[in-house]
Amino acid sequence: MATFGSACLILAFAVSLFGIGASLMGAQRGRADWIASGRRAVFALAGLATAAFVVLESMFLTDDFSNEVVVSHSSTTTPFFYKAAAAWSSQEGSLLLWLFLLSVWSSLVLVLVRRRLRDVTPYATAVLLGLGAFFAGLLVFLEHPFSTLPAAPSEGIGLSPLLRHPSMMIHPPMLYSGYTLFTIPFAFAIGALIVRRVDAEWIRSTRRFALAAWIFLGVGIILGARWSYAELGWGGYWAWDPVENASLMPWLVGTAFIHSVMIQEKRGMLKVWNVSLILGTGILCLLGTFLVRSGILQSIHAFGASTLGVPFITLIALLIFGSIALVVSRRDSLRSEHRLDSLWSREAIFLMNNIVLVGLCVVVWWGTFFPLISEAITGDPASVGPPWFDKYVVPLTILLVLLSGIAPLIAWRRSTLANARRNLLWPAVTAVVAFVALLLLGVGERPWALLMFVVGAFVLAAVAQEFWRGTVARRAMSGESPPRALLQLVRRNRRRYGGYIVHAGIAVLFIGVAASSAFQDAVDARLQVGQSAKVGEYTVTYQKPFADLVIARGDLERIDIGAVMRVEKDGKYVTTMRPSRGFYPSRAFVAFGPVGRFFEGEATSEVGLQAGRLRDVWVAMTPDINTLEPVIKEGNKVFTDAADELPPEMAGAALAQALRGITQRYVADPPPATFRMHVSPLVSWVWIGALLVLLGGITAAWPGGPDLATRKVKAGYAARVAQDLGRA
Amino acid sequence: MDPSRKRRIRLIVALTAAICLAGALMVTTFSAASPERIPSQLVASAEPGKTYKLGGKVVDGSIKREGDTMVFRVRDPKGRATVPVSYTGAVPDPFREGREVIVTVKKHGNTFVGERDSLVTKCPSKFQNEQKS
Repeated sequence: MATFGSACLILAFAVSLFGIGASLMGAQRGRADWIASGRRAVFALAGLATAAFVVLESMFLTDDFSNEVVVSHSSTTTPFFYKAAAAWSSQEGSLLLWLFLLSVWSSLVLVLVRRRLRDVTPYATAVLLGLGAFFAGLLVFLEHPFSTLPAAPSEGIGLSPLLRHPSMMIHPPMLYSGYTLFTIPFAFAIGALIVRRVDAEWIRSTRRFALAAWIFLGVGIILGARWSYAELGWGGYWAWDPVENASLMPWLVGTAFIHSVMIQEKRGMLKVWNVSLILGTGILCLLGTFLVRSGILQSIHAFGASTLGVPFITLIALLIFGSIALVVSRRDSLRSEHRLDSLWSREAIFLMNNIVLVGLCVVVWWGTFFPLISEAITGDPASVGPPWFDKYVVPLTILLVLLSGIAPLIAWRRSTLANARRNLLWPAVTAVVAFVALLLLGVGERPWALLMFVVGAFVLAAVAQEFWRGTVARRAMSGESPPRALLQLVRRNRRRYGGYIVHAGIAVLFIGVAASSAFQDAVDARLQVGQSAKVGEYTVTYQKPFADLVIARGDLERIDIGAVMRVEKDGKYVTTMRPSRGFYPSRAFVAFGPVGRFFEGEATSEVGLQAGRLRDVWVAMTPDINTLEPVIKEGNKVFTDAADELPPEMAGAALAQALRGITQRYVADPPPATFRMHVSPLVSWVWIGALLVLLGGITAAWPGGPDLATRKVKAGYAARVAQDLGRA
Repeated sequence: MDPSRKRRIRLIVALTAAICLAGALMVTTFSAASPERIPSQLVASAEPGKTYKLGGKVVDGSIKREGDTMVFRVRDPKGRATVPVSYTGAVPDPFREGREVIVTVKKHGNTFVGERDSLVTKCPSKFQNEQKS
């Protein structure tokens, strides 16, 4: 199996190199058969990468401990569900996942464009295969997913318990799907630049890939945030951690791209800008993968330790210089077909949105890389924290959300004052009403949050107005019932109304972010049994401790020590929570002893969470197990002494008995425990907003719909009718 | 004024504005950033009252809880020097002895007092489970 997997990777590497050559030669000499060869190389790469990935997955699922990667990331006690995910928790597995996804999407795009873009495609194929060769090369020469151990151990180390959360199962594949999907328009942009065919055709052909990439990447980011909130025992969903920033940067520039390409499609403008954006997005995707996998930002010293440093930096540098050279040498072909008519037009608003998004990306980039920059300039590493990020990101985000509300209301080319008044009146009135109402509610003490709420209200009103007007107009024409008219309206203009749903979702999401970060009540308290703490309007009482031995497949998976917490508001019972901390056994028998190892391994929080429409109550608990130390030491001594005398089954039973005794002692005489308690308003709306964004994104990206030709005919007809009506 | 000249002026104004903004961003970052130090550097020179970002490994067996506060020692990632850190409040789940942490500290007397909520552990996506044994 391992040999087969390795063989697939070597073949994948070879096939990619061959395909690059075939595509480039075919394109240079106009040989269709060579170009076809290059295309088939992509399909072959997809087959080989899929086979290698399936082999690795099956090794994980069948606990094949002859494989080194399986041993260090999985174990027989790892639940089946998480064994599959363990494959990509490893460095090797995640690179293989990258290659697998890249090859699958590349094949898909080549099938979809087979009758179009005949001149661009060979070069795009070469770029995609170049990336394929890079990742296959890493897997063949530097990271070995199929390296075999001389003697297979009977048990593996297991998946880090922290990663055992459903969203962590899908978070990496989502991010990597986003990254790899963005390489498709990236590759076609390079192809279009090389052959100087820079009309909107490459954009149209890869539009759904860009949108899908944007959706996947967004889902990946949100799942990471959700995981952090529910699993890390810290209670936040965003920390400006370099790893989070790494995925946010391509998403920001990608967002700018999917907006500004509309201007090129409609008006033939901003060509330099569009190719630059997608080239930047593609490079940021690679940079993101590199940051996460190399750990360079945790410390510059990780660079030398990581085998990935030099190859990735070389590739990224090559792509940056290549991209700049391409854009500069093609600047004549990239001339705009039109000029910006007015600063009060949809193009202009889109342009501002683009500048804000790119500005955000620059801020995030600067903050993320500041430790390296600072070390390079002053010789002294220094870093910035969340307050620094917030200072720049908050105002820019508010501006961005505001623009997302204005843009749909403004006409292309030039908007008149009358038009603006007609379209902006009700959203503006809503915003003013919201402002006054919120001031009366006392929100004014947090001006940034207040501003975000007002802007959010404006956007929601603008989107609602667009849906309302569209539905009314449709009803007037077709006489359909309101729900049907609404549905048909969206179905017929999926791209437009999908976009509006996304805007509404973003507004909702940021209303949630603003409320939960500005108005959170947070208390850290050390409580004895029977004591209470007040968090905002809630009283939380530590009623009693509990302890469980969690058995999985006849083995002790972890020991949970937790607390039963009664939550009250104004003296009325609200809910009971059971936050706990799970202690996973350490494998260091010698260092911690046969009993101690059960308390000294990884520990994760199981938070108590009561989510609500208006607020979440969130409690995490850290038990103080230091008081158990004397008993654990005693246990270590007894079991070490008896190790040679007891038969294994009896030793196991006795150990279980002893652990039960220790945990019972904790429950009988509980020491005070540390609690972190949050009451955060509107957190749920962060997730609801994200779901709306997802829904809108899918609506806009869904394949099918009337094809371009019929739509053009229909639009021409509609324009004539409108003209006739105007004359009449 | 002819249109191309007007456009050029507009471009120059926009570029100047962008450069000024970027410059402001850069300059303010240097003053807002806290220097990153490893324990041996703090041992050598640490001014009381100044904020540092301390990075290093939590020394095995050094974690002691005193009521709400936790005291532990942080060691150079590849060295022997250690400094004592006292930290109040909840710590992230991955916090363990032997794991790399970053915490914002100020010097008070002989110990370094951690700022609330500033303690972070190395990112979980790089987690390997203990040493391969």
